[in-house]
Amino acid sequence: MTPTLQLFLVISAALFSIGLLAALSRRHAIFILIGIEMMLAAANLNFVAFWRFGPQTQPPIGVMIAIFSIAIAAAEAAVGLALVIAVYRHYRTTNVDHLNQLKG
Amino acid sequence: MSSAAVVIIAILTLAAALAAATLQKLMHATLSFAVALVGVAGLFFLLGAEFVGLVLVFVYIGAVAVLIVFTILLTRRDVGKERAANWGGAFLAVAVFGGLTWAILKTQSVAVVAPHIRLVTVKRIGEALMTSYVWPLQCVGLLLTAALIGALVLVMEEKP
Repeated sequence: MTPTLQLFLVISAALFSIGLLAALSRRHAIFILIGIEMMLAAANLNFVAFWRFGPQTQPPIGVMIAIFSIAIAAAEAAVGLALVIAVYRHYRTTNVDHLNQLKG
Repeated sequence: MSSAAVVIIAILTLAAALAAATLQKLMHATLSFAVALVGVAGLFFLLGAEFVGLVLVFVYIGAVAVLIVFTILLTRRDVGKERAANWGGAFLAVAVFGGLTWAILKTQSVAVVAPHIRLVTVKRIGEALMTSYVWPLQCVGLLLTAALIGALVLVMEEKP
């Protein structure tokens, strides 16, 4: 039995929801970044799955978009972790609940 | 590509991702995150996008996971207790998953099996990158340079 596109989409939706859970329910900035990275990985899985099950194209558009998206995710992770370190230097904490100085 | 392999890898991936989202120790969560990304790379291999799977392993496990470990070690003195579980976030995540799954299972046009495709070789990807995707490639290069400089500026010692 061969899998259908639905199976991959459900896997991707589950991974996205777990990333959302990590980003929303954790208070540590690094956990939030991990959650965002998981959501990006789920989006990449969707791109590749739609490319695999859709009509053939030349060049392989889904694969190209997934590669670019991975590169952008790496840049985002680097800047995000630099922000975490800068915030830690300033406030001596990475708990986002304590970073409330701009709170209205 | 068989359903059993996909389901086994998916269960492994989702279990590792759930561990990454719920474990209390940061280091354990980061290692679970790396395992989850290996699982996603395995799914890419099953889908016939071997190059993307390899890029994912190189970039995420070789660079991002190691970067996260470095950050954890640099911010180690912060051992504050996590607040009790946030049920609002969990409820929202379950609601999003339920809504997406309902929409996917309702849509008839995505219940298709994979057609036969030509192998995606690295040669084809390289040719595409150098012809029709040359502008996006340059933009990504610019973005990566900007991110590098930005990250350096952010963590530079502040002058008194």
